[in-house]
Amino acid sequence: MQQLISHSEQETNKIGQAIAEKLKKGDVICLTGDLGTGKTTLSKAIAKGLGIRETVTSPTYTIVHEYEGEIPFFHFDVYRIDDINEMYEIGFEEYLAGDGICLIEWAERITDILPEDCIWIYMDYGQKIEDRILRINKPGFISKD
Amino acid sequence: MMIQKILPPKNEEYLTLAIETSCDETSAAVVKNGKKVLSNIISSQIDIHKQYGGVVPEIASRHHLDNINVIVKEALDSAEAQFEDLDFIGVTSGPGLVGALLIGISTAKALSYALNIPLVGVHHIEGHICANYLEHSDLKPPFLSLVVSGGHTHIVDIHEELSYQVLGRTRDDAVGEAFDKVSRVLGLGYPGGPAIDKLSQWGDPNAVDFPRTYLEPDSFDFSFSGIKTAVLNYINSEKQKGNKIHSADVAASFQMAVIQVIVDKALTAAERMQRDTIVMAGGVAANSLLRKIMKEKCAEKRIRLYYPSLELCTDNAAMIGCAAYLNYMKGRIDWLDLDACPNLKL
Repeated sequence: MQQLISHSEQETNKIGQAIAEKLKKGDVICLTGDLGTGKTTLSKAIAKGLGIRETVTSPTYTIVHEYEGEIPFFHFDVYRIDDINEMYEIGFEEYLAGDGICLIEWAERITDILPEDCIWIYMDYGQKIEDRILRINKPGFISKD
Repeated sequence: MMIQKILPPKNEEYLTLAIETSCDETSAAVVKNGKKVLSNIISSQIDIHKQYGGVVPEIASRHHLDNINVIVKEALDSAEAQFEDLDFIGVTSGPGLVGALLIGISTAKALSYALNIPLVGVHHIEGHICANYLEHSDLKPPFLSLVVSGGHTHIVDIHEELSYQVLGRTRDDAVGEAFDKVSRVLGLGYPGGPAIDKLSQWGDPNAVDFPRTYLEPDSFDFSFSGIKTAVLNYINSEKQKGNKIHSADVAASFQMAVIQVIVDKALTAAERMQRDTIVMAGGVAANSLLRKIMKEKCAEKRIRLYYPSLELCTDNAAMIGCAAYLNYMKGRIDWLDLDACPNLKL
């Protein structure tokens, strides 16, 4: 487990870009954390790091947004999924099997249908109001600076 | 899509069956001449269970496949129309959830093929804007439109019919989504818009000074992610201090901050584009504070303000029927290769 502390949205952005540098085709990133811990901020930064030029907006309402880039980027928010079957209905398996990168916010809600080797990022509030703690399930995933 | 010669109506007026399945709602409508709504059936408003004989337990709203045939039949029955009477089919082709869109599109294509009538794909936001034509017969472009809903926050300039220029959109959360998330934090439930609207009437909109995010001075884009976090930070810090949270004050202050930004941007955009008419659309256009402030400000600036009734604010197929008619009359007709386009641009 790698633990990082961000003191601001700017620092979260930097962490997101550093994560993006380590990603490759077929990777699945699972984000968990309460509302307001910065999941969408981190997702936007990762997308930016992947070279996505389009504005990455929240997929809460439509469950998934697709972005074209050198590597396609599929941005999920599964908060509104009540039943795992709904994921099959939206073609989740095809996204997983595709040659893009999937990022899933609120991934803990669909654990049963996730592949085994996902990159999990747990986001939490820190001590100060602006602080955020990020824990990645791969030790030394990004270089600290 | 291709410009094609249009056929005269089978009966005296054009009859359209329209289908909308871009997100949660399954909806079908029958619209006459793009203006008169003969039926407008929305899944959340009818008891699908009854149609199944009352034995199916929970049917989630997003189960379009289970709903679609029942809804289409209901739309035709309520309109007292037959499949054979239809002149063309209108359907939302994007943006939205691809699996959801495909169910509407596949149904529309099957009907178009079986009945040998044209198919017209419609942009969901174009549909929202067109909802206003259904209820305001005097409305004509040019005008500025503010589309605010759970999934969209757009300022669009319409200089002539079917010609859209997007001036601004959200860079993160849609406005309705911000309402839903803050509602969740305050424990008010879903959908958040009406819940916050209601509770705010008991609160002080100046109690908490939440940030107004205007972005760059000349931008018509929106950002609502920051205010959601600001509300969360406020609640957490008050709890840490051991203070009691006054939900009504938080709701009212949040709502005021959000609405002020929307109103300011819409009015500035109208001024910039020299438009004397503003048209609101989408679910958040039902918000009472937005309507009140828009009415006041538009009256001050002598701007005409239009918005649809509640039923036509939320996702519905009647608005798609209107938009499909306008496209059809310009010969903008699709083939059976019409595809779902989750990122369709206006």
